[in-house]
Amino acid sequence: MEVLLPHSLDEALEIKAEHPEAVPLSGGTDLMVEMNFGRVRPPAIVDLSRVAELTTWREENGHAFLGSGVTYTTIVREMQAYEPLVQASRSVGSPQIRNRGTVGGNLGTASPAGDALPVLAAYDAEIVLRSRARGERSLPWNLFLTGPKKTATAPDELIIGARWRLVIDEEHRRVNVALGSVGPTILRATQAEERVSAALASSGTWDDRSAPLNPQWIDEFAELVATAAQPLDDVRGTAAYRRHGCRVLSRRALGWALSERRLPTWL
Amino acid sequence: MVVRMRVNGAWREADVWPGTSLLAFLREALGLYGSKNACEQGECGSCSVWLDGTLACSCLVLAAQAHEREVRTVEGLTSGDRLHPIQEAFLEAGAVQCGFCTPGFVVAVADLLDKDANPSPATVREALSGNLCRCTGYQKILDAVQLAAERRRAGS
Repeated sequence: MEVLLPHSLDEALEIKAEHPEAVPLSGGTDLMVEMNFGRVRPPAIVDLSRVAELTTWREENGHAFLGSGVTYTTIVREMQAYEPLVQASRSVGSPQIRNRGTVGGNLGTASPAGDALPVLAAYDAEIVLRSRARGERSLPWNLFLTGPKKTATAPDELIIGARWRLVIDEEHRRVNVALGSVGPTILRATQAEERVSAALASSGTWDDRSAPLNPQWIDEFAELVATAAQPLDDVRGTAAYRRHGCRVLSRRALGWALSERRLPTWL
Repeated sequence: MVVRMRVNGAWREADVWPGTSLLAFLREALGLYGSKNACEQGECGSCSVWLDGTLACSCLVLAAQAHEREVRTVEGLTSGDRLHPIQEAFLEAGAVQCGFCTPGFVVAVADLLDKDANPSPATVREALSGNLCRCTGYQKILDAVQLAAERRRAGS
């Protein structure tokens, strides 16, 4: 086994071009577990933890860009304006894991249980990839995540980060709903989104926060979210219970989203 | 590969298999047995160390990732036979039973008290959520943290 330690993004892309078999390593919270248990022995590892270009986030041209090497601790500490992302990041593992685990790791591992992924899906994020030979390209999250633990990343590419448009909900008057851990990959509950977006419009809630939603619409919303889920029966729980969980959690999440909703400055 | 890092203030190096974890490097190559090997999947916190000042599970760090970097382990908290005040608080509060998880807890508590000298009970629980103890049931560990924090604030 060979371990390569690039100090810049250019150097890392050079390594990936010459050693496409090299597995990227950042916080180690996925790959090191597999290595410790002897389940994987990659021929080469490229350590991205010294690549400073990947460890920053920024807002530019009406978009947010989140570097693949940003840790969950950094998100919680610095990205308070992105409440859903902060809440998801706070739920990752423990302090030790949040100090090391990165968004790029969640993307690269592409587990349906990756905590950051539903938020990126709800943001309609694009995933930014780069190679030495072909430069940069972006893929919508749903074309990037091609299946359980599968992504569209080419062997010579590295995941640079995720990018999404700022102010999604208020501008389009839409509610976006993404589900993790209840399907082979991250799912969007599009029928539920349309139903609740229309319900918010007809009840006048977009303009008047105090205008209540009809409880029947909330029930329908929760039911449509549960229908969109594709859960499994396994040792940890039944599909029926997981679907029930979707119903309960989507109802709660809608309540939180409406009560914590930030109005844009032009209103 | 030859991996070189500053451990508890002193430069150390060893020629190891490139897939060696930082935990295995500390224990097997350097003979620092304070960081414990239990779950090897980042669940238990028994191997907690600081990497460039950040609390991490050393089982999930590749030793090569710590190359030319600064590592601090539980052995670096004190020198000689003297105990660190957090270790004394653990002893006095009865927060030590089999002792296997203790070094990891002591490191996590030291990390917490460096950041927050007067942590609320909820903050303490969150800060220690990455450390598992299968003996004491945690209450005495929480008592030890309060004792250590009080003494630290009193400057003793």
